[in-house]
Amino acid sequence: MIAASSAPSVAVRFSGVSRHFGAVKALDNISLDIYDGEFFSMLGPSGSGKTTCLRLIAGFEQPTAGSILLNGRDVVGVPPYDRDVNTVFQDYALFPHMTIGANVGYGLMIKKVPKPQREARVAEMLELVRLPGVANRKPAQLSGGQRQRVALARALINQPRLLLLDEPLGALDLKLRQEMQIELKAIQQQVGITFVYVTHDQEEALTMSDRIAVFSQGKIEQIGTPATIYETPATPFVAGFVGTSNVISGELAQRLTGQKGMFAVRPEKIKLCPPETVAPEESCQALGVIRDVVYLGMHTRYLIDLDRNGDLVVIEQNLDATSMSVLDAKGRRVKVVWAREHNHALIDTGGGA
Amino acid sequence: MPSNKRTSWGKASLGLKATAVGALVFLNFPVLVIFLYAFTTESAAFTFPPPGLTTEWFVKIFDRPDFWRALGLSFQVALIATTIAIVLGSLIALASYRRSFFGREVLSLVVVLPIALPGIVTGIALRSSISLLGVDFSIWTLVIGHATFCIVTVYNNVIARLRRLANSQIEASMDLGATSLQTFRYVILPNIATALLAGGFLAFALSFDEVIVTTFTAGQQQTLPIWIFSQLLRRVTAP
Amino acid sequence: MTALQPSPSAPPRSFLHRVGSYFYAHPNLTLALMLLLPVVWLVVVYLGSISAMMVQSFFYIDDFSGRIVREFSLDTYQELFTPSNIDIVLRTVGMAAAVTVVSALIAFPLAYYMARYASYRVRGLLFLGVMLPLWSSYIVRVYAWKLILADEGIVTWFFNVLGAGGILDAILAIPAIGGRSLSFSFLGMFIVFVYIWLPFMILPINAALERVPKSLIEASGDLGAKPRATFMNVILPLAFPGVIAGSIFTFSLTLGDYIIPQVIGNSSYFIGGVVYVHYGTSGNIPLAAAFTVVPIVIMIGYLLIARRLGAFNAL
Repeated sequence: MIAASSAPSVAVRFSGVSRHFGAVKALDNISLDIYDGEFFSMLGPSGSGKTTCLRLIAGFEQPTAGSILLNGRDVVGVPPYDRDVNTVFQDYALFPHMTIGANVGYGLMIKKVPKPQREARVAEMLELVRLPGVANRKPAQLSGGQRQRVALARALINQPRLLLLDEPLGALDLKLRQEMQIELKAIQQQVGITFVYVTHDQEEALTMSDRIAVFSQGKIEQIGTPATIYETPATPFVAGFVGTSNVISGELAQRLTGQKGMFAVRPEKIKLCPPETVAPEESCQALGVIRDVVYLGMHTRYLIDLDRNGDLVVIEQNLDATSMSVLDAKGRRVKVVWAREHNHALIDTGGGA
Repeated sequence: MPSNKRTSWGKASLGLKATAVGALVFLNFPVLVIFLYAFTTESAAFTFPPPGLTTEWFVKIFDRPDFWRALGLSFQVALIATTIAIVLGSLIALASYRRSFFGREVLSLVVVLPIALPGIVTGIALRSSISLLGVDFSIWTLVIGHATFCIVTVYNNVIARLRRLANSQIEASMDLGATSLQTFRYVILPNIATALLAGGFLAFALSFDEVIVTTFTAGQQQTLPIWIFSQLLRRVTAP
Repeated sequence: MTALQPSPSAPPRSFLHRVGSYFYAHPNLTLALMLLLPVVWLVVVYLGSISAMMVQSFFYIDDFSGRIVREFSLDTYQELFTPSNIDIVLRTVGMAAAVTVVSALIAFPLAYYMARYASYRVRGLLFLGVMLPLWSSYIVRVYAWKLILADEGIVTWFFNVLGAGGILDAILAIPAIGGRSLSFSFLGMFIVFVYIWLPFMILPINAALERVPKSLIEASGDLGAKPRATFMNVILPLAFPGVIAGSIFTFSLTLGDYIIPQVIGNSSYFIGGVVYVHYGTSGNIPLAAAFTVVPIVIMIGYLLIARRLGAFNAL
């Protein structure tokens, strides 16, 4: 790809796309651009429409309205086998009656690539996903993590311009999942194609993505880089779904910030101090009682009951405290302080966290 | 697949085992009786214990050309009927297993009907049509009758297997570049192969042994069961 | 490893590719095409024949010429509903019901054992044991029973050896069931019916029992149910569709069979035999047709009930 212009080319463009199932609106007037070569995540809870979006790109479903362009080409009505897109399925969908080699080479077999070349490419792919030598086994003989990598190899061998991944790491345990996240990211950068990744795990999305689209109830709440989404959430939903957040509105907001409207502040930005501490003038502060303490190893989460209605979640790193000492804090009076700049205004879309 | 370990189910009571064994014996001892009488010496041998043993009956049977003709016909009819049943049964199963369409429930009822209605009903109905249309009796009248009640065995097996097929397999195949025809050939067909075989096997057995519908659709032809029946009516012990 | 190159241009579209795409784009047409052949076969050939036959039951035989008059009339049905004919119907239905119940009672323990207790290998052997009789011809097996039940046959020999010959005579003397000899009596017919259809009852019950998830049985035990309670409350209800499925076979096969009554008794007392006689010998097709309407109506009703009870999934 000769990068003649500075503007990145658009791999996927949704314009006003809707997908209705009778009265149910799985997707409602979605528009987004996914750029070539980026790792793009679609994040949201179940039923938010992110999987439907993915299936529309793959071609397993057709939109009820709107247009979808893949690399500039309108693909509405085009079947999946005619699109330059491959998918890694949530249940891996490996063909149980074929060997691993036959599975991975399936796409090439369909294209009638001669056997020796096919086998060479299969071996290459298996090397890429770090599973050399399993070509003659059957899927039932592999572990979940291995099957997931075979699914990846099977999709990549066709050199698609776009790779879709539908919650591929959901069935793996935590350690394995974290390993695979790093590996997937590495492969994406190595291979250089666009990855579109669907997940409900916000931590996963934050780790791997170049940009994230947050979905809720068929609409996109926000699109941005992980940092943008996390630090400056646009709506209460995003604030609540991506990481924990304190959403402050109404009278409390008025009192703390002197401004009307809704805003969010991340728990780790709030400090706990003894009640009599004098805090800088411009900072936001309030008095309250520690109602609950949850020890999480790396950090501790406090639930503070503010004197004048409302509560806040505060997270502090356990720099030099032990579990016993933090649990002692329950019931203590504190003052919560945070810098004004950490408040972020939210657009009230009504879809609270 | 159910696990092979049976320990958590407990041990069967003695009574249960006895009843089970009893049922098995009940099922199989007449078969032994058949074998016994096949080797008996005298022809009107209704007596028990049998007077003696011989293999002369078998020799006599194998000498007769009409036996071989009947056997051959049975075989041909069963083969053709099974093939037709496999094709038709699979078509219905493939069409019905996922998509719901107008008349699907009724169709599944109609498919079962040939085997649920007594053979004599089917037999007479077909015979009436044959005379109404003025068609000659031929191997095809036999095949039509047999294939019709064989469809359901294939249909049941195949649709059960198809329902267990994850939809993502078909999507994956199409995603990787295979058209629906190629997907059928490489993904669906291998998965239903055993179901087809099982259904076809059962269909073949049903067709081979069928006598009631056959009687009505055969005219002058004889399949093996009809042949046996005619022999028995003349009081010759046949194996 | 170098970055992958963008994919080469797609190979030229083959004819099959375009056909496949056409089918993909027109799912309704594809469905209709797939169903065309089977539906034509089933509806036109099969249902058509049956309807044609049922239509004939509305014709009647002219008493004088003995020929069929093709006019709509309920005369034949009137003839059907005469006491002696109704008697035949009731007797056949009664026999079918009895056969069904007893088959179920015999089949269930065996199927239960096969599904729950037998190890993999034993289960295979048991399956063989159940299927083996099906491999010998139906006719031959019926005749084997005639030999077994004959006056000089095994059963009589057995009773005599036990010195219980008198009991056998007494049973045969019972008016409804007995007859001249075991091989020419309703009891004999009943035994043979049960025997012949037994595998058709065992297999669906076994399949249904196997489908009961082990976890349900364990959960029941965990919640405090003793084995008998678990059986009555969990296993039996779940296996019941299998029983119904098997009963479809035993009931319908008994209802229409004319060979067993002919061989082991007096076939003129059963629907199957009557139909056969009327159709073949006396050429009274309308009456034969009318008689066949009875099992058709009964079985369709039975099937509808059975489907509601879930039997179709157990076939």
